[in-house]
Amino acid sequence: MLALALYIGWWQVDGPGAPELVAQRPLPLTQMEFRMTDQVGSMVGPTTLLGNPSIVFFGFTYCPDVCPTTLSDISGWLDDLGDGVADMDVVFITVDPERDTVAAMAEYVSYFHPAIQGWSGTLSETARAAAGFRASYEKVATEGDDYTMNHTASVFLFDSEGQFAGTIDYHEPREFAVPKIRRVLTRTEEETS
Amino acid sequence: MKPSITAAVIASCLFIGLPTTTVADSEDVVVENAWARASIGVNRPGAAYMTIRNNGTDSATLVGLETPLSMMPDIHETKTDANGVSSMAPAGDIMIPPGESVSLEPGGLHAMLMRPQIKMVEGETFPLTLNFADGGTLTVDVPILGISARGPEG
Repeated sequence: MLALALYIGWWQVDGPGAPELVAQRPLPLTQMEFRMTDQVGSMVGPTTLLGNPSIVFFGFTYCPDVCPTTLSDISGWLDDLGDGVADMDVVFITVDPERDTVAAMAEYVSYFHPAIQGWSGTLSETARAAAGFRASYEKVATEGDDYTMNHTASVFLFDSEGQFAGTIDYHEPREFAVPKIRRVLTRTEEETS
Repeated sequence: MKPSITAAVIASCLFIGLPTTTVADSEDVVVENAWARASIGVNRPGAAYMTIRNNGTDSATLVGLETPLSMMPDIHETKTDANGVSSMAPAGDIMIPPGESVSLEPGGLHAMLMRPQIKMVEGETFPLTLNFADGGTLTVDVPILGISARGPEG
């Protein structure tokens, strides 16, 4: 009898009866709590982003492929949006604060669109930020005593009130990405007018 | 075995080994649109991209890379799972069927330049040698574009 009960419990929780894992939506920015430092040394956090629509994504500067591609893609979207991005916050959060110091982030973001900010925090603040965005990351050892980071490469959109407003998948074509951002910008204009 | 005989055996092996690098199926392989991004300092790994086209009648298999720029160059592949998490792993040997091509491009296959020895400076080029399973090699000069480059056009 006990065995049967245990079996039923397993089937519902971990077994074939378990609910399918679905990527969770980020919390509203107003419900997140973390403190970081931006590329010019200012203290920042989720409430810094309220008042303007924002774009937030995770990465690290020792990333040779995905991260420069994401920053280049976003720079291209921002170029397309032109003056519309003047009031937008665009934030790159490092998942590798041990190597990505404030100075390293400042240099890195300087090579991309000027609207892109680089935020870094302590290991625990980084974990708190990722938890709020429902983003994941993991340190992975590579050959030669080195390491790389697996991480969520999606780009998160929020409206000016901090409500989650959609995701742009990694490397999504510009013709899909730009209208998504434009919709968030338009919505914000309607809310404020 | 006397040392002189050992040396002669090694010498003959080297001699026999040499011609295979020039007469091989991979001699019909060409590289198009090679490019790489500039680096910040020499601590970060770099990446290079290109299209490798096999114009021959036999398949060609890319088994390794060499470049003075990096101590450990290797073909890696980026994969992004259903939850949007990206990871990178060595891609292993790359088989290119006759008449086909393989693209190394952002977000997929790339030449991962680990433990770089030299800073990658925009406007410069570096040699990258592709080693094939048949012993053939192909060396290309890879132009270094800006850090924010999106493709071979910049």
